[in-house]
Amino acid sequence: MSLLKLEALDARHGLLKAVRGIDIELNEGERLALVGANGAGKTTLLRTLAGIHPASAGRIWFEGEDVTQLSAHRRAAAGIALVPEGRRLFGSMSVADNLRVATSALRTGAWNFDTVVAAFPQLKPKLKASAASLSGGQQQAVAIGRALMTNPRLLLLDEVSLGLSPLAVQGVYDSLAGLMASKITLILVEQDLQRTFSVSDRIACMLEGAVVATGRTAEMTRKEVMHHYFGHRTADAPKEIA
Amino acid sequence: MSWLNQIVQGILLGGYYALLACGLSFMFGVMRIINLAHGSLAVVAAYGVLTLADRYELNPFVALALVMPGMALLGWVLQRLMLERSARAGELVPILATFGLAVVLDNTLFSVFGADSRSLAPSIDTLAYDGVELAGFTIGHLSVLTFALSVVLLGGLHLVLAHTAIGRQIRSVADDPATAQLVGVNATAVNAMASAIAMMTVAVAGTFLAMRAAVDPYAGAPQLIFAFEAVMIGGAGSLWGTLAGGIALGVAQSLGAQIHSQGFLIAGHVLFLLVLLGRLLLAGRPLKLALTRSR
Repeated sequence: MSLLKLEALDARHGLLKAVRGIDIELNEGERLALVGANGAGKTTLLRTLAGIHPASAGRIWFEGEDVTQLSAHRRAAAGIALVPEGRRLFGSMSVADNLRVATSALRTGAWNFDTVVAAFPQLKPKLKASAASLSGGQQQAVAIGRALMTNPRLLLLDEVSLGLSPLAVQGVYDSLAGLMASKITLILVEQDLQRTFSVSDRIACMLEGAVVATGRTAEMTRKEVMHHYFGHRTADAPKEIA
Repeated sequence: MSWLNQIVQGILLGGYYALLACGLSFMFGVMRIINLAHGSLAVVAAYGVLTLADRYELNPFVALALVMPGMALLGWVLQRLMLERSARAGELVPILATFGLAVVLDNTLFSVFGADSRSLAPSIDTLAYDGVELAGFTIGHLSVLTFALSVVLLGGLHLVLAHTAIGRQIRSVADDPATAQLVGVNATAVNAMASAIAMMTVAVAGTFLAMRAAVDPYAGAPQLIFAFEAVMIGGAGSLWGTLAGGIALGVAQSLGAQIHSQGFLIAGHVLFLLVLLGRLLLAGRPLKLALTRSR
């Protein structure tokens, strides 16, 4: 049985259908990268999976349960965690409190306050500092650590490198390396194609809200992904990879 | 000496205003809702305590202990049935909804209890008027008790918010309810709990209002104004700011009364307007500087 299954999933922003007819299955331990231009619907899809954006049609199955109508806090308790675009830290709270509040999901597992701080050692001297006072890279570490504190079975990462310096991006991905090794199931949205290829098992290309191509990362070329990324629909377009 | 005495009396009066404003500040800080029924709800609690004290001859503090859970339940229900739903419809709707609630509460009290004003002063014996002479000032026991209670209440709330799991949840929902849900916080339940806590503080404020003065069914409106002024002077959503705002309002009113017999209320309103004006000017300064530089 797959860990996550999406059936004809739609999501809207008012009259605009931002996500349309998505069918995806994800097995335990798989790492799926969503690529596509701005406005392709990647962030809306992740927000819909996490429960902070409503699905307008279709079904979301998680561990065999239909979670389509479940509220976001119940999905967190079920094991779905989102690291949102822009980090969305609780700016008035300390780093330690940003992490500790995520124990509200009441899930137990390998991740707790100590293991998260050990995984992101740059946070150790900053635990009492306000989250708003941190650098972008440190804030991203808190955002990832906060999601891990819920001990997720499915981690959704939305543009973790957005707005960060190359050095900070490297730092974030160095920290994520341990996570990747732990075989956590994840869906990742990343604009940097090189990193997308290095961390994912499968790639799904999105265009105008729909998945236009999917395939195993090892079987796809950058050229093919770029082709779908920009939505070229010429006769010489590479064939879609099933 | 009389000026100094007015300042001391003003500080103690500020304790009552802080007590009154505590719930309003808490609700605004967590749910971003300005509860215009705040004063009326305090009067409802006062009537609850008055009824228990009169009919069953209970000590007012025992009656308050019985009324507090009822008010907490009322806060929970209000949040779930009215505030949460109206907040979904826009920022102005909860203001209109709570204004409507205040009108309903005031008129219900009037129809049930009549227009006569009532007080808890007879039920608390000498506490209503006893005091001690200290360095030439007369300090009322009730005023000291009110001030001390406001400090304990605000300090207790601060400790709960800063050091407990529910406090972290409340702060995360106040900061960003959608993200709080992402990490497993049930924002709806947290808001309802915050509303329940706010109503318990309202019950305390209403009881002390009835101890220090006579209340009638329409006494809620002026209490709302005092609470609102204290919150705005001290900084909306800040608990210690609410205490400072209450004290500033109390001192301004006391000094106003010393200057002129009609100066009590006017001085408080003038301070409120000056603080509001100062905030607006300070908030506009960066824009003004940018415009000057761009020329």
